[in-house]
Amino acid sequence: MGLDESKSIPGVARPDAPWRHDAKKSELNVIGKAIRKIDARSKVSGLTKFADDLTLPRMLHMKLLRSTVAHALIKSIDVHKARAMSGVKGVLTGQDMPIPFGILPVSQDEHALCLDKVRFVGDPIVAVAALTEEQAWDACRLIEVEYELLQTIGSVHEAAATSDPRLHDYGVRGNIHRLENLEFGDLQDGFARAEHVREDTFFFEGNTHLPMEQHATLAHFDKDGKLTIWSSTQTPHYLHRALARVLHPLPAHHIRVIACPNGGGFGGKSDPFNHEIAAAKMSMLTGRPIKIALTREEVFFCHRGRHPVLMRSKMGVTKTGRITALDFQAYLDGGAYGSYGTASTFYTGALQTVTYPVENYHFRGARFFTCKAPCGPKRGHGTVQPRFAIEVQLDKIACDLGLDPAELRLQNLAPRDSLTANFLKIGSMGLGECIQKVIDGSGWKQRRGQREITADGRIRGLGLACSSYLSGAGLPIYWNGLPHSGVQLKLDRSGLVTVFCGSTDIGQGSDSVLTWIVGEVLGVDPLGIRVVTSDTDLTPVDLGSYSSRVTVMTGNAAMQAAERAREIIARGVAEHLLVPSSRLVFADARVFDSEDPQKGMSFMDAVIAAEARFGTIGTVGSYTPPKSPAKFRGGGVGPSPSYSYSAAVVEVEVDPLTGIYRVPKVWMAHDIGRALNAAVAMGQIEGSVYMGLGEAMMEEMAYRDRSHKGHRVFVHKIPSLLEYKSPSTMEMPDVVTYVVEDPDKNGPFGAKEVGQGPLLPMMPAIANAVFDAVGVRVDENPISFEKVFAALQSKKEGKDARFGPSAGADGVPQVDFGDSLKIKTPWQGGDGTAWNEPKREKKAAK
Amino acid sequence: MLRLPTFTYYRPKTAAEAVRQKLAHGKDAMYVAGGTDLYPNMKRRHQTPLHVISLQDVPGLNTVEVQQDGSVAIGAMCRLSALEVHPHLLLNFGAFAHAVKEISTPLLRNMGTIGGNLLLDTRCTYYDQSHEWRESIDFCMKSKAGSICWVAPGSPRCWAVQSSDTVPVVCAMEAQVELVGPDGTRRIPASELYRDDGIQYLTKRPEELLTRLWLGAPSNWKASYVKLRRRDTFDFPVLGVGACVWTDSYGVVTKANIRLGGAGSYAIPATESEKVLVGQQLTDAVIAAAGEKAMKPARTMDNTDLDVYWRRKVAPVFVARALAACK
Repeated sequence: MGLDESKSIPGVARPDAPWRHDAKKSELNVIGKAIRKIDARSKVSGLTKFADDLTLPRMLHMKLLRSTVAHALIKSIDVHKARAMSGVKGVLTGQDMPIPFGILPVSQDEHALCLDKVRFVGDPIVAVAALTEEQAWDACRLIEVEYELLQTIGSVHEAAATSDPRLHDYGVRGNIHRLENLEFGDLQDGFARAEHVREDTFFFEGNTHLPMEQHATLAHFDKDGKLTIWSSTQTPHYLHRALARVLHPLPAHHIRVIACPNGGGFGGKSDPFNHEIAAAKMSMLTGRPIKIALTREEVFFCHRGRHPVLMRSKMGVTKTGRITALDFQAYLDGGAYGSYGTASTFYTGALQTVTYPVENYHFRGARFFTCKAPCGPKRGHGTVQPRFAIEVQLDKIACDLGLDPAELRLQNLAPRDSLTANFLKIGSMGLGECIQKVIDGSGWKQRRGQREITADGRIRGLGLACSSYLSGAGLPIYWNGLPHSGVQLKLDRSGLVTVFCGSTDIGQGSDSVLTWIVGEVLGVDPLGIRVVTSDTDLTPVDLGSYSSRVTVMTGNAAMQAAERAREIIARGVAEHLLVPSSRLVFADARVFDSEDPQKGMSFMDAVIAAEARFGTIGTVGSYTPPKSPAKFRGGGVGPSPSYSYSAAVVEVEVDPLTGIYRVPKVWMAHDIGRALNAAVAMGQIEGSVYMGLGEAMMEEMAYRDRSHKGHRVFVHKIPSLLEYKSPSTMEMPDVVTYVVEDPDKNGPFGAKEVGQGPLLPMMPAIANAVFDAVGVRVDENPISFEKVFAALQSKKEGKDARFGPSAGADGVPQVDFGDSLKIKTPWQGGDGTAWNEPKREKKAAK
Repeated sequence: MLRLPTFTYYRPKTAAEAVRQKLAHGKDAMYVAGGTDLYPNMKRRHQTPLHVISLQDVPGLNTVEVQQDGSVAIGAMCRLSALEVHPHLLLNFGAFAHAVKEISTPLLRNMGTIGGNLLLDTRCTYYDQSHEWRESIDFCMKSKAGSICWVAPGSPRCWAVQSSDTVPVVCAMEAQVELVGPDGTRRIPASELYRDDGIQYLTKRPEELLTRLWLGAPSNWKASYVKLRRRDTFDFPVLGVGACVWTDSYGVVTKANIRLGGAGSYAIPATESEKVLVGQQLTDAVIAAAGEKAMKPARTMDNTDLDVYWRRKVAPVFVARALAACK
């Protein structure tokens, strides 16, 4: 962990390096201040060039013909009429790009265009390039595809019950993509010691990212045999790898990927996409630049959003709410492809243990293939659904035990600097302070359970929930021992500092993060720093903007590069001024003697002095996360350099006659470690509140499942911005934001993540608030008006005051998980390895 | 959504000229006012008129004329955002101004017109989709290429939903509309403009131009409009209750009109609810009883946002709230 001295060039960093997590606020000039983002003015004045803004001479426009059936073999594709149409310059089908790809090495199951099979309505089959977009679209209408229809698989229950036909010829068996079965500690003992046991069933419907910018790509294969791709992607490095794979034998170093500024990503632009690869191939075919801009409907088909997850949670607790045993099952509806699904499956089990200690923990996760747009990572990747279940269940347990839900949590916090049952290493841990902030701010103790009535007859309620999220995944997507992030600095005799980094700004401010850290270390104005990012020809590899990894990982790499540059400059200045370099201060664009501040020079002169002494100045920094103590199979998902913590209190006002409710106010506290920028951190928290509100109240990837004359139609219900409901400004509550700072020694200046964590408490907090107001449980997300109404009706009729999936044995699919992998917990003396080798069924043959 | 298909654009200088152009091109021509409904529909290829006749240069259609008796004639080209702040309308026709304000978003209301809103196409989640999406269900009968109604596959008719906010309230208020055709001008009750069919939802002849909306003089009536939708902006109504109640000097109801928008292919009269009111004072009990009778006529189908059964079950609550606002 930390700075590897053997690699350090030249000299050594200062004693308080590497990450200066304990720096006092008074020592910092840039970090923590509300400085505007480096790209803010371009963004708000409309000058930022997004991928769809780019044009090149002789550029063609590409459209994709997509499947109109949910599951079928492709018998024939007739493109003759399309090819003959005026304006059409190129047509591609699956056979032109037969090499499969996928974001994870274990699920290379996608083709740029379907080869012989379609798996959901929207799967792309043919690409057509023409002089205009309209011509390309018209030409697509002339293409005739003959299908042999296969049985549609529409849900996890259907997938579990259908061994044939299979969507894919890989996976565990039938339409089961993944099965995981991990057991930490002694469940039997844990439940035996429990003083109260609850078993609940929950469902979290899928939803999508809904970025403002629709995906767009411009590809240009030039006359020198080099391919350049400009794309709205969060992961240029992974796209680069996928292109090199599919376009083989084009060498990887002939491919240049430039990630354009993303108009929102949220995880939806983290996979390499078929349209990106097809555009590249089309450019190679036609010799002309190719542009493709997806329609909003097509963005819904790209999806990779939140998995629908059915969950059963059995929790055993002591009278004070300490969790002695947790038996958690998750059934994920993965959609048509693997995508990040293997990681998603593990994530539905990984982070249950980092908020409150779980003494003994059993996790079973199953992911299924269905004929839906593929699911993947969305803000909070895989941890959002189980967090909903756990936080609602804890609220019920508090109710059962007659405890205040806030007190129950406060008395059972996971300790800082500890190992969890599943060997996740917790560093700094500010959840207690987060809870305290939101219960004080909201008047929780006085107002909870009061059922105040509003002027228009609605009933008020307060709900609380907490969460945790990782600051970057401990392991990369593909196995390698290389750094996760690299930064190069170039210092110029003009005083200019240029930062080169492969990271991608998706609106979260990662370009700005680089300038704040470098600016702080070198004592220069961050707004004067030049940032060159996300260009595989120019910038060192960064794995991408996903998993909340950028601030910690590129931040640490930038810090290392800046410390090294500082060292070089300090040596140059020290010789020039005849002052020991240890006495030099870098601040206000000057380098000066701390004992005689008059004695010094401008930063520009300092660079000149160093350049005169050592030659051209350039430094590098890189970052690899610490090794995880989790060594069992599956232990690679969950470890992170640090965990952020959030707590929320949500106020709702429920109309008891209709179930309609509104959310007037939210108190959200987030332990960010240290805010590198006070304003941007708050923006991320408020953005999370907004997105979580949408998921809780209305957003869902619903499907139309109809049959007509023996033909089953299975299609996304509402692929439009008007009918896929997401909150407007009218629904957005007042948000009271608390930034809690508990610096973590693994983060640059102690920083942890903020982009995803604060989303998680919203959904369970709203469910809990609805209960506080009208005494009914909605165990299914979204917590829509209709469900609240149905639960109220049920209560009125004297039945279970609940809406949710069946709690009976038929509630979850019947799946044989096989034997569990058994791991001793740290307090049982476990070493992070499994003590048994479970029998695993042989993988189904092709 | 695609870009607009190619068409010829006309800007006639009189209503008569517009009607002549429409007659000349028949089914290949369509009128456009604000374009907030037609143009998105054209981008999804619901309609692909070769000739689009804009009414923006036709004089006299964008004024609100207040008559001596307080009644008003509202030009069809009046922008919705102008009507929602019109002092006379706010003072005397508050329910109408409120309904206008409930339409979509401020941006849409800056472009959309009252004429366009009164003639708004019916909507259905099986129909208001991209061309490619509709290919995957082999279209529906509201499209030229389709033959079935996906909401009710056995049905011989289309069940697309009346989705204008103003229609239920102007029908309840017994407003009138002015139509200009090749044979001159006629005035009919607004409620006679509509029919119970998702495709042929208007009774007017295609070439007839809606030029004015007439709201009757303020008198011994009170009207209201209550809208149900998921979000407090943007969304079309999934239930829009327009109510108008006439009372005598004792507060006894002499006549009541209740129209349910968003609950069928036209603004459905809640006749049984109306009957409960007549001869009664608007007490809470009477209002609740009238509300209960509204569940039956609400013919909600699974082709809008929000659950179909829930929308029916809460209809009484919304009718009761509309009536309470008429007290």
